[in-house]
Amino acid sequence: MTALVFVEHVGGVVDELSLQALTFARGYDDDVEAVAFGGTPAVTGVGTLHVAEIDGYAPQAWARAIASLAPTTVVAAGTDRGNEVLAHAAAMTGGVFAANVVRADGDAVTRQRWGGSLLEEARLHGDVKLMTVAPHAVAIEEAAGEPAVQPFAPELEEADLVARVVERVDTSTGGLSLAEAPVVVSGGRGVGSAEGFASLEELAGMLGGVVGCSRAVTMAGWRPHTDQVGQTGTKISPDLYIPCGISGATQHMAGCKGAKKLLAINSDPEAPIMATADYAVIGDVLEIVPAITAELRRVRA
Amino acid sequence: MNVLVCVKRVPLTGGKMVLTADERAIETRHLGFTISPHEECGVEEAVRIVEAGGGSVTVLTLGPPEAEEQLRDAMALGAERAVLLETDGSDWDPEATAAALVEAIRAEEAQPDLIVFGNESADSGGFQVGIRVAHALGRPIVTGVKALAVEDGALRAEQEVGSARDVYRVPLPAVVTVKEGINLPRYPSVPAKLRARRKPVERRTPAGAAPRLEMVRLVVPEGRGKQAEVLGEGPGAAPAVVELLQKLGIA
Repeated sequence: MTALVFVEHVGGVVDELSLQALTFARGYDDDVEAVAFGGTPAVTGVGTLHVAEIDGYAPQAWARAIASLAPTTVVAAGTDRGNEVLAHAAAMTGGVFAANVVRADGDAVTRQRWGGSLLEEARLHGDVKLMTVAPHAVAIEEAAGEPAVQPFAPELEEADLVARVVERVDTSTGGLSLAEAPVVVSGGRGVGSAEGFASLEELAGMLGGVVGCSRAVTMAGWRPHTDQVGQTGTKISPDLYIPCGISGATQHMAGCKGAKKLLAINSDPEAPIMATADYAVIGDVLEIVPAITAELRRVRA
Repeated sequence: MNVLVCVKRVPLTGGKMVLTADERAIETRHLGFTISPHEECGVEEAVRIVEAGGGSVTVLTLGPPEAEEQLRDAMALGAERAVLLETDGSDWDPEATAAALVEAIRAEEAQPDLIVFGNESADSGGFQVGIRVAHALGRPIVTGVKALAVEDGALRAEQEVGSARDVYRVPLPAVVTVKEGINLPRYPSVPAKLRARRKPVERRTPAGAAPRLEMVRLVVPEGRGKQAEVLGEGPGAAPAVVELLQKLGIA
């Protein structure tokens, strides 16, 4: 049996999450091949690298190319595109698709539910199995060996190209992005108002970080959704995360699992966030955060 | 334009996951329920499209009889009617769910011009029901949509890619899956909630199918198994915090 890995890359450099998917596939199957689009990525440790000749991103066309290789096992990273392309490929091949798998052995898989707050042990019944690998569920193990590169032009149906990217619009603000910031200071309902975020902005600025928020805050209209950390918001992985007045609902915690250290500021010592935080300060956010910025200013003076 | 929105009833889980004794579901006796977040935005988006250009919004769900509550919530946001595909509340896999939805959509008297899903459900997160439905109906689909506009009988949809947006233009009829953030759902008024109580809900019982993605059991992942180190209480803790920041090399 062969596992076919859909590899995502930028200008030939393989994405970190696709390297994790390749590692996962090598653990799952003895024989691993890869398929890529838009150029030839620097993939090693696979027998054959199929390179599909399709211009631009068209999810259904990419899935058609994968299906045309008649795979029995398809693996991809649990990214937007990984999940999208594999779902299309599953629909085309009559395959069974499990998203965000953390472990697999034959038909038995363990996959994430609730953004990783819950795991599901499941069985896959089908001749074609498709799996995406949950981000950071597998540590990358490099494997040597140059693959045989095989370019191919898949036979597409007209319908496969109806939904395709026709334009890319840059929306970056030039500043530090929430997903990549080394420090994130987030506010929850405990901040009390949109105005309450001013002191969080100040602290984040002093620490070279950005401000985030919980879903409750977005729903109240205090902050834009682009600031939201969580299962349905942005997934962050800062060196330090400072949730202020955030109780720690599973929806929120699914977005900050990648944080290296967590300092919670909360009035409730029994809040669920205390079981995940490394450090805590108990009390009113609106008194504590300005005191921290004042102390920072004092020691820096 | 007829817009059909597919929604899912999910529990409001709060801070901790507790499972039922058979480990096949979350213990929900003390929990409330809601429309899965992406889909609530899907309802709002559908209602805005119809408010701007005319037409009607229908909301469709597969779930237990109690899912009527989420259909009424969607109708309070502005959907006109609802269809409930009743189950016994057990977990349906993505393929069986998609098949039941397809059958229900085909049975619609007025075929929807646009079908809206959430990108993935909050609970099972299968990332595929919308795509499977689109394939079965032979319609184009755009997923993860963060901005949507109807322009000359076609859709313009934007998908978020890092700090950029990928733009798609697809003809109608079409399917989209949306993500939270595409809009901020309105807070329904009391009269809207009262009107929703009188709107029609059709109930049908779909035929199930053996799951091919078969859930065996659920497992709560092990936590960090520790309690936070308390640096202090109130503003007096500030020096200890700054000391920690210095230790971490951040301040």
